[in-house]
Amino acid sequence: MPVFNLNINDQSYAVDVDGDTPMLWVLRDHLELLGTKFGCGIGMCGACTVHFDGSAVRSCLLRVSAVGDSKITTIEGLSEEGDHPVQQAWLEHDVPQCGYCQAGQIMSAASLLKENPNPSDEDIDLAMNGNICRCGTYVRIKQAIKTASKL
Amino acid sequence: MTKIKTQYNRRSFLKISAAAGGGMLIGFSWFTGCTSDKKIKEQIAIPNEWYDINGFIKIGDTGLVTIYSPNPEIGQNVRTSMPMIVAEELDVDWAHVVVEQAPLNAAIYQNQYAGGSQSIRRGWDALRMAGATGKRMLLEAAAKEWQVSVSDLSVSKGIIKDENSDRTIGYGQIASKAVGLEIPEEVELKAVKDFNIISSSKKNVDGKKIVTGKPLFGLDFQREGMKLAMIQHPPAFGMTLKDFNESEIKSMPGIVDAFPIDITVPDPKWCDEKGFLQLVAIVGDSTWQLMKAKKALKVNWEVSSKLESSEYHNQALENALNSGKVKQGRKDGNPEAAFKKAAKVIERTYSCPFIAHNTLEPMNFFAHVKQNEVELIGPTQTPKALEDSVSKLLNVPVENITVDMTRMGGGFGRRLYVNFGVEAAAISKKMNAPIKLIYTREDDMTQGTYRPAYRSRYKAGLDENNNLIAFSVRGAGLPESPVFPNRFPAGAVDNYLAEEIGVDTNITTGAWRAPRSNFTAAAEQSFLDEVAELAGKDPIDFRLELFEQAIKNPVGEKNDYEAERYAGVLKLVKEKSKWGESQPGVYRGVAAYFCHNTYVAEVFDMVMENNEPKIKKVWCAVDCGIVINRDAAINMMQGSVIDGAGHAMYSQLTFNDGATEQMNFDTYQLMRHAQAPEEIEVFFVENEIAPTGLGEPGLPPAIAALANALYKATGTRYYSQPFVQPQPVIG
Repeated sequence: MPVFNLNINDQSYAVDVDGDTPMLWVLRDHLELLGTKFGCGIGMCGACTVHFDGSAVRSCLLRVSAVGDSKITTIEGLSEEGDHPVQQAWLEHDVPQCGYCQAGQIMSAASLLKENPNPSDEDIDLAMNGNICRCGTYVRIKQAIKTASKL
Repeated sequence: MTKIKTQYNRRSFLKISAAAGGGMLIGFSWFTGCTSDKKIKEQIAIPNEWYDINGFIKIGDTGLVTIYSPNPEIGQNVRTSMPMIVAEELDVDWAHVVVEQAPLNAAIYQNQYAGGSQSIRRGWDALRMAGATGKRMLLEAAAKEWQVSVSDLSVSKGIIKDENSDRTIGYGQIASKAVGLEIPEEVELKAVKDFNIISSSKKNVDGKKIVTGKPLFGLDFQREGMKLAMIQHPPAFGMTLKDFNESEIKSMPGIVDAFPIDITVPDPKWCDEKGFLQLVAIVGDSTWQLMKAKKALKVNWEVSSKLESSEYHNQALENALNSGKVKQGRKDGNPEAAFKKAAKVIERTYSCPFIAHNTLEPMNFFAHVKQNEVELIGPTQTPKALEDSVSKLLNVPVENITVDMTRMGGGFGRRLYVNFGVEAAAISKKMNAPIKLIYTREDDMTQGTYRPAYRSRYKAGLDENNNLIAFSVRGAGLPESPVFPNRFPAGAVDNYLAEEIGVDTNITTGAWRAPRSNFTAAAEQSFLDEVAELAGKDPIDFRLELFEQAIKNPVGEKNDYEAERYAGVLKLVKEKSKWGESQPGVYRGVAAYFCHNTYVAEVFDMVMENNEPKIKKVWCAVDCGIVINRDAAINMMQGSVIDGAGHAMYSQLTFNDGATEQMNFDTYQLMRHAQAPEEIEVFFVENEIAPTGLGEPGLPPAIAALANALYKATGTRYYSQPFVQPQPVIG
């Protein structure tokens, strides 16, 4: 199997996997970066959202062979101390219920705020619509994004 | 203060206290990594020694307190709220508390399951007792140390004070002396007015770990030398496994083994699998290689029973309603005569489809079956039921089986059933190695254990003064009736009839958040809205009239609700939502329901945006007795509203030849951000009644309040779920 050299959370990793392996499983099975979650495997739930050169992508659809020199950021690398404004706002609003989708929600929200520091409700709906929360924490997620935009 | 006898497991408290002489260190297993760690660094040093006080409480020599949360955490937040109750009675600073998940241990803990919104209700006394007992033992240790009487001592936030000398000592300094003391015969509980942790808002103890992506869930569990496994169950209900291309699969890269498994347990219980008992198991090194092997499977399936379709289901339910073969659930007065003399009669039929639980974390479990010993770790709502089933399948005594519970990425009832844990055990047994079983979303959504499909017919008769004089409900379901014969409006109508019909199906079903109530509330409360309209009455006033009747002059003796509390939540939501005031372009619907021991009333405000109805705002009024964790309780209600409204609007499983036509989130629609209400306000009836649960009761009324608001917004009554036929979704 080929070896892929990856830049994840500003660290270099070499992994020996099939080229069609989705980044989701490279992260989870081979690098033990378990914060990125498996929800659907077809890019429909957003639980596996990571940043690909700063933009939110679904890692279940991103083949390792397509990554090249691009930078991947996962929830573990979003901030050093877990204090990214979005993470702070999530704690302030005590958003999670089961918590499973929240890493993906946070990665989508962080990407949104980077591109659009003061999003409207419609901007939030559009950017976040690919992230399902089965527990229904949407109201708090929206509030937390608005709080994070002010931090 | 109330004095109560320590009736809960005194013997096991003693056993634990006696056994726990030495200290224990944090940091030796995957599970200690799951200990909540909030504020430890800032607030208090990590102890060198821990002292087990009574199986619920462990106190460190620095004053840090570990409280074991006994019940499974599925997102209902008991991992925070149950320890809050212990901490209140123990009288410690919440900032000095860390929480650990207790393993299954029937000798110490009771009711270790997450189901029926019962954790808080059934745990309340035992948790208070555990805290109060711990406090008493620490006080006795201090009294002995100082040669004073316990009555000379007071406690505040884990500091014991001698009232006569102003000496103080922290729990951490005296804990070693409390170990092994006899469990007191009687302890004092705090008065409700003295609570300072209970009824406040405490943040989720796992919050920081969740937002930083720490491994907490079953799917995250790792063990050195562990293999991964996947299953393939039959593609349709009514099919069984014949054979498959075993040697081809085994030769694929990264695949260690492939074989059939049989999970038939002797004397199966409600929680055991009934549909897919023989499956293909594939074991390998990585998830992706297993997924590719699954795609390469060529399986011969045999048809063993009818391959059912949605058309067949709908017809079977309709035929059942039209047949006279019913079980009478309740009859008051003479409904037949009352309907005959009624001035107005209205009859309506409501239905809902099968739906899947779709916990966002798919089913999974770790199992390590050794010679005569089994280790099970993962997401389960019913660790005891799993232990029993694995014991029967493998013929290993329960004493030799351990079950550890991880945090769960949702439950909603799905993880009450144990097939995935049993499958993991069967695979580990065959492999003679530790394995972690992982379902794909498709495995999960097509496995069964669905919310049953229901169909109910309601009929009401009004007299010439528009009083409700007759009411009947006939409810059919695949496979169970959704009717609760003794619930409202039983007790409020002189002539009442409830009839039940179960219809056979081979689709496997199970408890789905607020079982039966999730449909019956929707049907009944939508129907009452229409009856109120026919009577020319305001929908809230109409319901309050009925409650008035049930309070003053109840019909029958077996009414499963307290009419005053029921009316109480309606009055509260009426006041808070300013019901009766109208805003242009805003359309309102109301509903109230009592299930799982909690009363909830909700008002939905809808607006039309681009000719589509949109939920603008929701008001909830709740009577769950004492509220344990206020902000978390609000969160739970908000989620319930969205869950109920979302499924009623968009979700369904349809069948063709025994197979579901939806297998993943591209065709199975769940509510998404843009469809969610903008605001959900929650209000509690303040009282001192012992607390009840909140996992389920907020969901059922949401569906009816939504349907009633939709009617006002669109002029159309909605009788069949989902209310909106699914559209293609963009992920």
